Amino acid sequence: MVKKGKIEVRIEHCKGCGLCLTTCKLNAIALSTADVTNSSGYPYVIMINENCTGCTMCAIMCPDQAIDVYREQEHS
Amino acid sequence: MKKVYERNNIAFDMPSPYCPGCGHGVIHRLVIDAIKEAGQEDNTIFMAPVGCSILAYTYLDLDICQPAHGRTPAAATGIKRALPDSLVVLYQGDGDLAAIGTAEIIHAANRGENITAIFVNNAIYGMTGGQMAPTTLKGQKATTCPFGRSPEDGQGYPIRVCELLQSLGGVTYAARTSVHTAPNVLKTKKAIQTGIENQMEKKGFSIIEILSACPVNWGLSPQKSNEFIANEMIGYFPLGDFKKDGKIIQRSDH
Repeated sequence: MVKKGKIEVRIEHCKGCGLCLTTCKLNAIALSTADVTNSSGYPYVIMINENCTGCTMCAIMCPDQAIDVYREQEHS
Repeated sequence: MKKVYERNNIAFDMPSPYCPGCGHGVIHRLVIDAIKEAGQEDNTIFMAPVGCSILAYTYLDLDICQPAHGRTPAAATGIKRALPDSLVVLYQGDGDLAAIGTAEIIHAANRGENITAIFVNNAIYGMTGGQMAPTTLKGQKATTCPFGRSPEDGQGYPIRVCELLQSLGGVTYAARTSVHTAPNVLKTKKAIQTGIENQMEKKGFSIIEILSACPVNWGLSPQKSNEFIANEMIGYFPLGDFKKDGKIIQRSDH
C-alpha cells in the first residue's frame, strides 16, 4: 500500500517561488491565489490533493526551509 | 504521522534573507545539514564572503567571520592554523572567489590548507545588481554587457574554477554540482559531506563548486532559471568530480 504523507508549511517563511511544485510528481501542492498571501505579500504553498506520499522532495527543493514533511509509519 | 523532514535549527526561525527561488537558501541548508550531521555545530567557523551570502550572519546560528572582499581563504588560513581542530567552512560567490579573490583561493589551494570551500557559481554579480562576473556565460546578458558577453570584444571567457584548481598539488577534492533539481540537490549534499569529512580527516583542501540560480538578476522566473542551468550552464560547466583523494579524474567532456 502507498504510504500517506502530508506537509506543513511555515506560511510566513514561504516566498511563493514555486520550486516545490516543479518537483512534485503527484500535483499534491499548489500556490495560493494572488489574493491569499502572507504578511510579506507572497502567495504560499498549500496542499490541494490528499495523495501526498511524504517523499520529501518538495522540502529538499525549498530554498526557505518552509516545508516540514510527515509520513505515515507502518504498524506491526 | 511521523515527522520525516524538519527545519534545521542552525538556521534562525526567520524567513531566509534571499530573493524567492535563490540557490543560496538551498545551499545554506545543505551546508548546515552537513555540519550538524558531522556533530560540529559548536566547532564550526563559517567564513562568509562579500556578496549576497554575507547575509548568512543574520540567518545562521554559527560562529561567522566575514573578511574583506575576496580575502576569505587568506583569513581562513589564519583561523585554521590558529585553531587546527575547528571546522573552517568557506562560503564564497563567483565575484568573491573567481574575481577579486583569485589570488587568495589559488594560493590557499596550492598550499593545501586543510579547509573546505563552497563556491556558489551563479554566473552574475547578484548583490550589486547583475553586472558581468568572470563566470558569466558567452552571450549571456548582464548590465555591464547588455548585448551578451563577447570574448571577441575583449570581455574574456568564463572561468572554470574546478578545472583551474584541479592541477594544484594541495587540492584533495574538487567537484562541481548543481541545485537545479532535487536529485542534484542530494548529490550536492553528498559532495559537501565529502568536503567536510576530508577536512576532519586532515586530507587538505576541498572545493565544491555549486551551480546556482539568480532569478532576479537573470530576469527569469525561478523555474525558468533552473531550466537555464540545465540547458545552458551545465554545457559549459560540466558536473561531476574533478579530483578525488588527490588524484585527477580523467574526463572526456573537455
